[in-house]
Amino acid sequence: MVALANIGVLPRPVHPTGVWSWLTTVDHKRIGLLYGATALAFFIIGGIEALIMRAQLAAPGQTIVSAETYSSLFTMHGTTMVFMVVMPAGAAFFNYLVPLQIGARDVAFPRLNAFSYWLFLFGALLMNFSFFVGAFPDIGWFGYAPLTSNEYTTTAATDYWLLGLQVMGIGSLSAGFNFVVTILNLRAPGMTLMRMPLFTWMTLIVAFLIIFAFPPLTIALTFLLFDRFFDMNFFNPAANADPLLWQHLFWIFGHPEVYVLILPAMGIVSDVLPTFSRKPLFGYPMIVFAGIIIGFLGFGVWAHHMFTTGLGGWANAAFAGSTLVIAVPTGVKLFNWLATMWGGSLLFKTPMLFALGFISMFLLGGLSGVMHAVVPVDTQQQDTYFIVAHFHYVLVGGSVFGLTAGVYYWWPKMTGKMLGERLGKWHFWLMLAGFNMTFLPMHILGILGMPRRIYTYDAEAGWSAWNAFISAGSLVLAVSILLLLVNIAISLRRGEKAGDNPWGAATLEWAISSPPHHYNFAVVPTVHSRYPLWDEEANVLEPPPLPPHEEPLMPAPSYWPLVVAFAIVMTFAGLLIWQWHALIGIAFMVVMALTGLRGIYGWVFEPLTVEAPEAVQAHS
Amino acid sequence: MYFDTTVDAHRTSTGLNNRKLLIWAFLGSDVLFFGTLIATHLLYRGRSLVGHTEDIFSIPVTSASTFILLMSSLAMVLALSGIQRGNLQTMRFWIAITAIFGSIFVGFQMFEFHEFVQEGLTPRTNLFGSTFFTMTGFHGAHVAIGVLWLWSIFFASFRWSAGERNSLNVEIVGLYWHFVDIVWVVIFGVVYLVGAYGAEDRILPPVSWFGG
Repeated sequence: MVALANIGVLPRPVHPTGVWSWLTTVDHKRIGLLYGATALAFFIIGGIEALIMRAQLAAPGQTIVSAETYSSLFTMHGTTMVFMVVMPAGAAFFNYLVPLQIGARDVAFPRLNAFSYWLFLFGALLMNFSFFVGAFPDIGWFGYAPLTSNEYTTTAATDYWLLGLQVMGIGSLSAGFNFVVTILNLRAPGMTLMRMPLFTWMTLIVAFLIIFAFPPLTIALTFLLFDRFFDMNFFNPAANADPLLWQHLFWIFGHPEVYVLILPAMGIVSDVLPTFSRKPLFGYPMIVFAGIIIGFLGFGVWAHHMFTTGLGGWANAAFAGSTLVIAVPTGVKLFNWLATMWGGSLLFKTPMLFALGFISMFLLGGLSGVMHAVVPVDTQQQDTYFIVAHFHYVLVGGSVFGLTAGVYYWWPKMTGKMLGERLGKWHFWLMLAGFNMTFLPMHILGILGMPRRIYTYDAEAGWSAWNAFISAGSLVLAVSILLLLVNIAISLRRGEKAGDNPWGAATLEWAISSPPHHYNFAVVPTVHSRYPLWDEEANVLEPPPLPPHEEPLMPAPSYWPLVVAFAIVMTFAGLLIWQWHALIGIAFMVVMALTGLRGIYGWVFEPLTVEAPEAVQAHS
Repeated sequence: MYFDTTVDAHRTSTGLNNRKLLIWAFLGSDVLFFGTLIATHLLYRGRSLVGHTEDIFSIPVTSASTFILLMSSLAMVLALSGIQRGNLQTMRFWIAITAIFGSIFVGFQMFEFHEFVQEGLTPRTNLFGSTFFTMTGFHGAHVAIGVLWLWSIFFASFRWSAGERNSLNVEIVGLYWHFVDIVWVVIFGVVYLVGAYGAEDRILPPVSWFGG
């Protein structure tokens, strides 16, 4: 076995702290924090992009940015918020919490987990790197072909967008596989499926959505890549290609993706509400099955994004029907959440406020969504600000409020410190006010006929007052996010110490210390109910921490996930070099692909765990 | 040991080994990859404006390579049966046969691609060329990765004792190999046979049924 281990030329990393410890970590908690920090950084970038757009639109006829820059701004705002903020923020919670909630010591494949994160980060950086070569992508987050083929989009920015998204997609897929196996196989004794916390349940559904929804996107991106780089014909109308093919493939991915973004928030809220209502979740199986039904139906509604493309009456009727049907399980969840609070002793702490904000704002977004199931109504609203209002109520009012509830709820578990309650309440009320000031009037503007994606408008259109109001609202929203950052900074410096279970919650993660030991559970707990901490004493579940020599053997840090992820992103980036100089590009890609292959062999033949500290020293 | 790859089957686990469940999840996802490619190819059937389409197929040649690939699956089964009975020699022999048959299949495909290009069909020629080369190329890449994987197991197996964990290594590559085989059966049937012999509108409903 030693000989095999030596096939890995790199010695095992041994740094317990510092930059290298983070670069080589395979600990699900650290990877969760990396996802969270990256998502927060991109949240600020995507937010600044939105604020520039609002500055431009604050008054008619302004020229703060050009039409071209404006196109880049809405493209990168959308792409950033979907793929680099809400998805990784969800992933941050999956990573940190799922093993804790099911009583496991890590995910099923810790190195694959690190690999997923590095692919996500490198893909995001590759896409944003286009800024430094002179052009930001300006094709919308949906990148409709044939508008994105060579004939109409000549800048390299589209290639960066394409390649970056492809790399991030591979990262999401590998994370999806990992979490399916983790949740199905690593549950502690007694943690049956129907005893799992709701957040873990929703993660399982999201993982399945990812592994089935990303392949069509990956293939569509590959088609577009072949069209753009090798002059193939997939989206070439001159060769009689179907101009709707991209839209079909993109939205077969795109609609399940909407549920990838919202289900984690639903899971968080379903865990927060019982804690602050001091009673079990009403209709637990109903919420679980509603989530599963949403996951299934999510694959059958994609054409409601295409009602105005002329699919024909039967297709429109079928997809209008399925879109109406998918509202039902969502409604079931809402009623269950309300019934959970009914008769409970409600405690309005900050996480609870954000959960309530989620329920009310997501309800509004859901209702305008049901309106779009009606084809004639949708035809009126297509490409107007009404649509912008709708999906921001779902993605900000839904996903972001839900995820923020999660931040306030689990921050004490992750850091051992509380976030300020007073500042948190200010954050909530300002965010609720700013959010509604920004997006509620967009419904009205949409009905008045203001189209999406225009960089300016005429004063005579009569949209000026509402636009000014919206821009003011966006500043309020920005201030509220600033308060979150201040709150985080204060908490990290001198936050009030949190106990193991500051909220009196019931699920397994609250049984262990805050922050948890690197091995999570000293003894793998045995679970007897859905709410173990309410039904039995915490110390039954988690005995005091172990002395160092008795600590369980945990997966050792590894360089390979980083090496392989880097090689993959560089192989893709080699195509950009190839465009500039074919020979150098091919040589670069071959070297990088071989590095990746080498890395895979290193990874496979490297043992997951290292027996004792001496063994680590021996190799270095 | 907690991270042992042999998971005890209890009520809160599927009872499948983690790595085996992972490959199943991956194959489930891979179905969608191939599904998208095949669906696009069928969508574009009969829509090419210029150049060769299905008329270029040589069914006898492709039948031969299909037969070789199917026989490689038989060899794969015998390899797994070998190591499960503790016989590493048998396993290695059949693993090598599987890999060689896989390589022959890839060779046939390279020959076929070469012939098509000689006759004037490239991925740039028409819609058929784009979808055909991408779909079969994606499948060929799967076979090539499988061959590399099989040889890796072949050489690594000289350090093995015939234990449970090592038989799992063979079983997992076997699942992958059989899956890639089954996908080829679908491609051979739907793309090659129906493409070469099928009367246009009797095998598949016309595109206009779907409003296109």
